[in-house]
Amino acid sequence: MSAPASESAAPAPLGNGWVGVLPVVLAAALFAGFASMLPAVAAGSVLRWQADWVPSLGLSLAVLVDGLSLTFALLISGIGALVLLYSNTYLAGHPQYGRFALYLTAFMVSMLGLVLADDLILLFVFWELTTFTSYLLIGFSHEAETSRRNALQALFVTAAGGLAFLAGLILLGFAAGTTRISDILAQGDALKAHALYLPILVLLLAGAFTKSAQVPFHFWLPNAMAAPTPVSAFLHSATMVKAGIYLLARMHPALSGTGVWLWTLTILGAVTAVFASLLALRQTDLKQALAYTTLMALGTLTLFLGQESGYAMTAFATFLIVHSLYKAALFLVVGCIDKATGTREAELLGGLGRAMPITAIAAAVAAMSMAGFPPFLGFIGKELKYAGALAVASEPVLVAGAVLVSNALMLAVAGVVAFRPFWRPASGPLPRSPGEAPWAMLSGPVILAALGALFGLYPDVLQRALVAPTVVSLTGTPAEVKELKLWAGINMPLVLSATTFVLGLAFYAWHRPLRSALEAAFSRLPSLDAGWDRFLDGLKALAAWQTRVIQTGRLTDYLFATFATILLGLAAGIMAGGLPPLAIDVSGATWVHVALAALLLAGAGLTVGSASRIAAIAALGVVGIGTALVFIVFGAPDVAITQLLVETLVVVLVAVALLRLPALARDRFRPAHAALATALGATVALVLLAVLSAPLDRRLTDYFEAASWPEAYGRNIVNVILVDFRALDTFGEIAVVVIAALSAYALLRTTKGDRT
Amino acid sequence: MNSVILRAGTRYLVGLLLVFSLYMLLRGHNEPGGGFIGGLTGATGFILYAIACGTRDARAALRVAPQAIAVAGLGLALIAGLASALFGDALFTGQWLFLGASETDKGLPLSTVLVFDIGVYLVVFGSVLTLVFAMEEEL
Repeated sequence: MSAPASESAAPAPLGNGWVGVLPVVLAAALFAGFASMLPAVAAGSVLRWQADWVPSLGLSLAVLVDGLSLTFALLISGIGALVLLYSNTYLAGHPQYGRFALYLTAFMVSMLGLVLADDLILLFVFWELTTFTSYLLIGFSHEAETSRRNALQALFVTAAGGLAFLAGLILLGFAAGTTRISDILAQGDALKAHALYLPILVLLLAGAFTKSAQVPFHFWLPNAMAAPTPVSAFLHSATMVKAGIYLLARMHPALSGTGVWLWTLTILGAVTAVFASLLALRQTDLKQALAYTTLMALGTLTLFLGQESGYAMTAFATFLIVHSLYKAALFLVVGCIDKATGTREAELLGGLGRAMPITAIAAAVAAMSMAGFPPFLGFIGKELKYAGALAVASEPVLVAGAVLVSNALMLAVAGVVAFRPFWRPASGPLPRSPGEAPWAMLSGPVILAALGALFGLYPDVLQRALVAPTVVSLTGTPAEVKELKLWAGINMPLVLSATTFVLGLAFYAWHRPLRSALEAAFSRLPSLDAGWDRFLDGLKALAAWQTRVIQTGRLTDYLFATFATILLGLAAGIMAGGLPPLAIDVSGATWVHVALAALLLAGAGLTVGSASRIAAIAALGVVGIGTALVFIVFGAPDVAITQLLVETLVVVLVAVALLRLPALARDRFRPAHAALATALGATVALVLLAVLSAPLDRRLTDYFEAASWPEAYGRNIVNVILVDFRALDTFGEIAVVVIAALSAYALLRTTKGDRT
Repeated sequence: MNSVILRAGTRYLVGLLLVFSLYMLLRGHNEPGGGFIGGLTGATGFILYAIACGTRDARAALRVAPQAIAVAGLGLALIAGLASALFGDALFTGQWLFLGASETDKGLPLSTVLVFDIGVYLVVFGSVLTLVFAMEEEL
């Protein structure tokens, strides 16, 4: 691995120590583990494992390994291992590589959990974990403004879809009566007839379409290319964006077959596929072009999941694998090009074939698979796509047409991305003089491209190991599996294939005039991306406006709002319960009671009417001490003592604070406050009357009276309750006391400097 | 507040209030009192001291930062609650030891409940003083 003399000095492979190697080993071990399950799953068995999670809610940590989840798991862990190996060199010496490896590994594990989960809630937990970890990955270059913005955009779009998804899952669990996915799938047509079918479908599709970037939620995906290239290779080939596809596939047996399912998936899938391949051809940045072809692949997969025929399902399973292999390889190749030359501009690059021969061959092989040339796996995938499209019962011409146009455009894009940079003569000097990448960065593209070629030559291996079990998971019967063949005889798919080659080569030959035409056409379309920014700006303006209106900064307003809320709550309660009897029995009142009431009234009146703060505080203290006396008269010494002490402290505290305030204004009659205070007082009185009109429930009182001495060795019931019977509550309360004191202390300390 | 009478009286009152607060704490299980009331009483003593002689002197007399006392109290209450786990009971179950108990006399009762109450006392005492000192000093 001799590094070229230029500044493109390729970093030493495995340059991050054990932090770089450990995740690779972990991912490879996971891959090996999943691979060992292949024979059993290929033989038709479904592996399960489960542990209780929240038994009271019927939730369990249930894992299910069938053809579909195993295919995904192998792609995730296998490509994950190669990408981690690649990153270790690509980002060698990066000061935050440990963080990067952690994010990427966490993302990989979340993805694996997502595809293996057999419980709706568990599935959702992993779904959200992939959202968060992908946010961290997309925003990894967090010093760059666009990187942060795009990461946030991806997070918002997918997390908003995630909320809809959660609602859909809850409805689904409710409708099916269980959250166990395998049980739900076994229910067959019952769900489709359920009254909640349509809401469930709409909500689940919202989650899947945002995650898998279907039109009109597609705009976040190309922006997510702000991430380092290995992240793009991982997120946009086999994982993140395929999560939505996985969900659709997983739910296919339970939800597909209705008109809504068929038309929504077919139309949105077809529109996404064609629209994205046009956008892909328009790009000159290699990575952006690949990002749009990912959209095309997702659209095609969605399109096939809309159908039910065995051909469509086989096409889905095959294309899923084909796409993951060539897309990851090409992303990694673009990363190599970028690293070696310092640019990803298609118009600048040229003549790299001589300097980077291995990369060039890997790129060519992967691109041939992408373009669908025989004998590569992509050819078989394409034949099956046509067979699947022709098997569509409703609109075979429309579907086949969409597939044809997008496939031809794919061929052209494959040429632009993986052929031209290597084999056309260089148009000018490059930012750096290129050299071959180190082995760690080459192994990924080489292995993935080689797999695409091998499986093309020996399709029956792939068929038995992965495609057939996946189709069985989707259709429930091995009878629907169609064979993967390199040569299927002269038939309609072959004719369409030939048309694709002609059309695609034409697109490639004239891609530059096409590009400018597309550029002109698309620049007239409204940009969803700009609309997103306007939407966020509007949201922020709305938040700022409502904060200005609600948060006035005046304590009086906050207190008014608080007490008004209490009044409304209490009044609503009184209304609901009916008015209590208003007659008050005062026959037992002694002169002590009358004197106490007079004292309280006088204190309250003085508080409200006084023109001096200190007098008002003292009068408020009178009310507090009057309340303490009430407790003493009615035999609650503990409460009385506490009340007395608290009252003393409150007077001290309030006096300390209020005496620093300016003198009271002369004219301080506030009608609204007076009305609120009167209404609140009257309502509280009504509530008290209502409480007293009901007989006292003495069960707890009796229990504590009886148990206090024998069980807790205490005669002061109040204290025994506080420190023994309900000690946990008390502990919570004293924790709150400490937190309140510390917060107030911190608040007082920090405002010290602000005062003038 | 600069008053000779208050300062002179405070010297005796603070001691009395502190002793009284401990008395309230310890009798709490059978008579009116307890950690909450005791803590408030004790805090009142130091607040009186702070009003009479200033918070600087009051802090010096206390020696330890009041917020440290509050947090220590919370920790003590937590330990008292967790201790029951050592005896195989549910958390916050009171554990009792009757020192020198005989047929006729129950002896000296010691319990995790008392430790918990002391924790409450320290929390209330420390929190109130944290607040009052801060307000006196910063406002």
